[in-house]
Amino acid sequence: MKEIKVDCKEQTCPVPLVAIKVDCKGQTCPVPLVEMRKALRQAAPGDVVEVVGTHPASKKEIPMAVKALGLELLSVEGADDDWTIRIRR
Amino acid sequence: MEQHGQTNQRVTIVLHSGDMDKVSSALIIGNGALAMGMEASIYCTFWGLQRLTKGGLDKGPLSKMNFLGLGKWMVKQRMKKANAASLEKLLQDYKDLGGKIIACEMTMEIMGIRRQDLREDLIDEYGAVGTYIQEARNSQITLFV
Repeated sequence: MKEIKVDCKEQTCPVPLVAIKVDCKGQTCPVPLVEMRKALRQAAPGDVVEVVGTHPASKKEIPMAVKALGLELLSVEGADDDWTIRIRR
Repeated sequence: MEQHGQTNQRVTIVLHSGDMDKVSSALIIGNGALAMGMEASIYCTFWGLQRLTKGGLDKGPLSKMNFLGLGKWMVKQRMKKANAASLEKLLQDYKDLGGKIIACEMTMEIMGIRRQDLREDLIDEYGAVGTYIQEARNSQITLFV
């Protein structure tokens, strides 16, 4: 039988399950945008995609792209050079 | 695959230059547009088409201050330090996201480039100016690089 593991440590109700994590730390424009788009294409409707990165420009660009794509921006956290953005597909 | 967030908007870029920095700009713009839900086409003509030959992607000089290759080398060092993406990665990402590449057949005739000289796996279409015009007339953003 297939075992599905779900890690909900430190999650609060309701749990926004992060389906796809994208690590763009150290990557510069346009890579964070591109990797975010690739992850969103793989995600199913309702999935949460979490992107972490360090490029200040991308921290501004990704929310803009999410809006252009008509998707839901769940959160933008962290400093300009160490951020986490969550998007719902 | 369902294309959520896809608009009907398109960017068409004529890549006439083969200079490293210009090829880079064209690919970054193409990737940016694709990332934001647009479609993208790059029409490679003249020196731009040279970059699509096998092993030719990185051969372009810097558009200014090339200094017989020294300028290009210095800029590449700076790009490495800034962790900028390589041309090959930009090109692969562009194709992965559905970007289109059109090769100019006239350029192939003028410069004696045969299909087998090109990276055929990357090229979606071969066409002449009419093909470009068809792409461009339906595009919201058109650029000549």
